[in-house]
Amino acid sequence: MWQWFHKLGSPKWFYGIANRLMPWLLAGGLIVLLAGLVWGLAFAPKDYLQGNSYRIIFIHVPAAFLAQSIYIMMAVAAVVTLVWRMKLADVFVKAIAPVGLVLTFLSLFTGAVWGKPTWGTWWVWDARLTSMLILLFLYGGAIALDRAINDEKSAARAVAVLVLVGVVNIPIIKYSVDWWNTLHQPATFKLTEKPSMPMEMWVPLLLSVLGLYLLFGWLACLRMKTEILLREQRTRWVRELVLAGRK
Amino acid sequence: MAFDSFSAFIAMEGHGPYVWACYAVFVVLLGGLMIWSARRNRAVYDSCRRRLEQQQGSKDSARPKAAATFTRVEVSQD
Repeated sequence: MWQWFHKLGSPKWFYGIANRLMPWLLAGGLIVLLAGLVWGLAFAPKDYLQGNSYRIIFIHVPAAFLAQSIYIMMAVAAVVTLVWRMKLADVFVKAIAPVGLVLTFLSLFTGAVWGKPTWGTWWVWDARLTSMLILLFLYGGAIALDRAINDEKSAARAVAVLVLVGVVNIPIIKYSVDWWNTLHQPATFKLTEKPSMPMEMWVPLLLSVLGLYLLFGWLACLRMKTEILLREQRTRWVRELVLAGRK
Repeated sequence: MAFDSFSAFIAMEGHGPYVWACYAVFVVLLGGLMIWSARRNRAVYDSCRRRLEQQQGSKDSARPKAAATFTRVEVSQD
C-alpha cells in the first residue's frame, strides 16, 4: 500500500498515467457533456413553474457542484502537502485552483441570470449566494498568495493553510439552504432521497455533471503536466522525455 | 423535442436571452480555459525543449572544460 502511495507522489509516474488517461477524459467528457446539454436544452420537458428558464440548471448545477468538489479535493491535497510534503499534491492544488475559480464564477453568473426571470432580481445577499461569493474569493486568494510568494515550498505551505482555513465555508454553502430562509431552491442532488424532478430532467442533468467532471479530469491532468515540466525541467527523466520529442 | 419549431427553440417563450446568454458564457469560459491551458502546456514544453537542445549543442561542441569549479560554501563559525 505504501509503495503505491509513494508511486503516486512521483511526478514521472503521474506524467505517464496522465498521458494515457487524457484522450479518454477529453473525448468522454465532450461527448457526455454535449449529450447532457443538448438533451437538457431541446428535449427535456418544460418546468411547470419556471418555464424554460429552468434550462439554465443544466450548466448551473454542474458548475456549482464542481466548484465545491474541486475545493474539497484541494483541501485534501493541502493536508497531504502539509503532512507528507508530497510534491504532487502541491502541483495538484496549484493546477486546479484556476479551474475552480472559473467554475465558481460560472455558477454565480448563471445563477444571477437565472435569478432575474425567476426571482425578479439578479442578486440577493442571502446565505447561499454570499457563501458562494466567498468561495470565489477563496480561490482568488489561493491563486494570488501562490503568485506572491517566490519560494516554492513556502508558497505551497501558505496556500495549503489558506485552503484548509477556507474549507469551513463548504458546509456553510451546502446547508445554507436548510439553515436560513433563502430565495434559493433546495439542493437538486441528494444521495439519500429519490430525485425530486422527473427522470427526463434528472438524467440529462446527471450527464452534464458527469461530462464536466471528465473535462475537469482532463484539465487537471494537462495543467499538472505543465506544472511538472516547469518544476522538474532539470531532472534526467524530463530531459530524456523532451529530447526524445515525446509529450 | 420540447419545442414546435426552431424559432420557438431560440425564443424559449421569452426566456431565450437568459438561457442562451448562460450557455454562451459557459462555452466561452470553459472552452477558453481548455484552449489556454493547452497552449500554455505547449509553450512550456517548447521552451523546455529549446533550452535542453541548446545545452546539448553546447556540450557537443567540445568546449574546453574548466579544470575545476569553485563553489561558495557557507561554513558555520560556531
